[in-house]
Amino acid sequence: MTALEVLLFSLFNGILYGLLLFMLSSGLTLIFSMMGILNFAHASFFMLGAYFAYQISKYVGFWPALIFAPLIVGVVGALIERYGLRPVHKFGHVAELLLTFGLAFVIEEVVQMIWGKAPVPYEIPQSLKFPAFNWLGLDYSAYRVFMVLISVAIFVGLYAFIKRTRVGLIIQAALSHPGIVGTLGHNVPRIFMLVFGFGSGLAGIAGVLGGNALGTEPAMAIQLGTIVFVVIVVGGLGSLGGALIASIFIGILTNIAVSYDISFRGFFMALGVSKDAVGVGSDLVNMTSAGISPILPYLLLVLMLIVRPRGLFGKRDV
Amino acid sequence: MRRLLGKSGVWLVGAAIILLTPAIFDSGFALSIMGQMGVAIIFALAYNMLLGQGGMLSFGHAVYFGLAGYFTIHYLTLMGDEVVGYFPVSLLPIFGGVVGLIFGIAIGFVSTRRAGTTFAMISLGFSEMVTALTLILVAFFNGEEGIQTDRWVGPEPLGITYGPDIQVYFLIGVWCFLATLAMYAITRTPFGRMSNAVRDNPERAQFVGYNTQRVRWLAFALSSFFAGLAGALHAINFEHVGFETVGLAQSGIVLFMVFIGGVRNFSGPILGAVLITLLTSTLGGITEAWLLYFGVFFVLMVIFAPGGLAGLIMLHEPVWKTDVRLLRGMILPYAGGLGTALIAGVGVIGLIELIYFSSHKLTGESRMVLLGVETSVFSAVPWLVCAAIAAGGIVLCRKSFPRMARSWNAAIDEVRARAAA
Repeated sequence: MTALEVLLFSLFNGILYGLLLFMLSSGLTLIFSMMGILNFAHASFFMLGAYFAYQISKYVGFWPALIFAPLIVGVVGALIERYGLRPVHKFGHVAELLLTFGLAFVIEEVVQMIWGKAPVPYEIPQSLKFPAFNWLGLDYSAYRVFMVLISVAIFVGLYAFIKRTRVGLIIQAALSHPGIVGTLGHNVPRIFMLVFGFGSGLAGIAGVLGGNALGTEPAMAIQLGTIVFVVIVVGGLGSLGGALIASIFIGILTNIAVSYDISFRGFFMALGVSKDAVGVGSDLVNMTSAGISPILPYLLLVLMLIVRPRGLFGKRDV
Repeated sequence: MRRLLGKSGVWLVGAAIILLTPAIFDSGFALSIMGQMGVAIIFALAYNMLLGQGGMLSFGHAVYFGLAGYFTIHYLTLMGDEVVGYFPVSLLPIFGGVVGLIFGIAIGFVSTRRAGTTFAMISLGFSEMVTALTLILVAFFNGEEGIQTDRWVGPEPLGITYGPDIQVYFLIGVWCFLATLAMYAITRTPFGRMSNAVRDNPERAQFVGYNTQRVRWLAFALSSFFAGLAGALHAINFEHVGFETVGLAQSGIVLFMVFIGGVRNFSGPILGAVLITLLTSTLGGITEAWLLYFGVFFVLMVIFAPGGLAGLIMLHEPVWKTDVRLLRGMILPYAGGLGTALIAGVGVIGLIELIYFSSHKLTGESRMVLLGVETSVFSAVPWLVCAAIAAGGIVLCRKSFPRMARSWNAAIDEVRARAAA
């Protein structure tokens, strides 16, 4: 492949991965912007979505699973809000974060208890297993195209729902003026419960679609969960557009780091590290961008907090 | 004189416990667990300087604990190879503390700019970054295997070689005592009070003229120092440090200890550290689902007892301070509450163990030992029995818990009435 092809290729794959990240972070951003709750267990709902979809698709196939798995995850989320988060709401946001941290832990253990520690064979549906198009000599499966379509639909739908509908308006008002919204006859606690359930359901959809592409195993929640936190901080807490941009940016960044495999030999040698250094020096000289790609999102997080603490599109400092 | 004795009494008792327990529990296993407890106490108290006293929830405090451990192991190895100068092993925890302090100052500069949930996320980011680095900088961290060393190096002052486990136990014990004393002293200083003020009302603290970020940063650095001290002791104790010591699981365990023990009370983390270390080292051998029980217990504590175990005990302080005899009326309702909770717990644990066994058993295997009784997972009997015990226990709890609350209310009313009279 030529250099241009490599660039286009990693851009395209980065956007695909980024859109999956966005599907995951959209629910988290929604919950945060509406309720002020930072849900540590969000990626655990993603994992539950994948496992439920695996279990359902074993009996009735992928398409019913795409509908029912997110619904069940949404119900689980709503129940957690009702019986877990609502009682601790009065202790503040740190208590809520603590609770969701404990839940993430419990959900991972429960998943291991039921489905075991090894990955489960949750596979891409046969009906979408054909190549949709061929580009630069590589086949792109219809499933990936399907994922892109769904995540774009989620972005457009959510944006319109929150900004353009009356229900979205009431939800927004319920956060800033819960007393007044309550006096107007809306059941504010129930609105919160439904928003939380809806956000969890979005994570569930991401789980149904991402589980078979990335692998369904108990560690998947922690792996993606921390990156999703990076996404919503970098994008600006509570900003849906920011989450989209940050997701795609992180997707492209990690993909380019892997496919170009830049060596830092020259950089560290300029700093005075010898080419034949031993110990830590040799690690530095032999370091490549592919090797450090797992820490790039976190480096981005730190840089962002130093340069622009509110994130890309945040309205105020986080 | 009496006041002085009263104040130092609790410290004397603590010192006596550290000195005398090895005489009672002298097996190698017991010594090892008690050593781990000492390390856990220092780490938990250091963590509570952030969470309890400073109001900062960190998901990555193991970074300072673990990094200090790595540096300590490297120092011991280099000392053994006579590459670096001699530094008494007994004082190496200071070295670990300084390592923690340096990283705490550097990372804290970025992370303490914010408090609350953002601080928590940044701490998580740094934690993931360092965990990923353990796999990249192989020469220093040696990947998943970790690094090991020999703590028996250099001269042997007073015959202290740290060969026998009992010497390591006393090393940990002495440092645990000193660190606890130092951290308690810090809570009594103006800085300790300022840290509380910044936790409770940062805006007002700012108006009084304090730089809240500076206060948080200082608290973070000090806390990292003590975390590093604990990390060095951990490294000396095991002569090995692996990548899991810097990871999220380690940070989570210390959070569990501190929260379950109680964040708003200085002795809470000590209670939590002792209890959780004891449970971890014993439960791990009995059941495979112990992490699940931990998590569920933690979640229940967050919902029902945010003050932790120490908080629950301190609820009764006004009662025994007024009149110890008032506690007598509470014994029966409390015993009832605990008893019914135990019944419900046994039922739920039985069900979880059954599920765990049936999804992890080898093919053809069906018999398991459940709560001391041998049974088959394919028969409906154990499932029904456990479900019945759980349901019955929960029904009983709904009766006994209000009774517990009523007896506490009655005692508090009595206390108020006497105070008014």
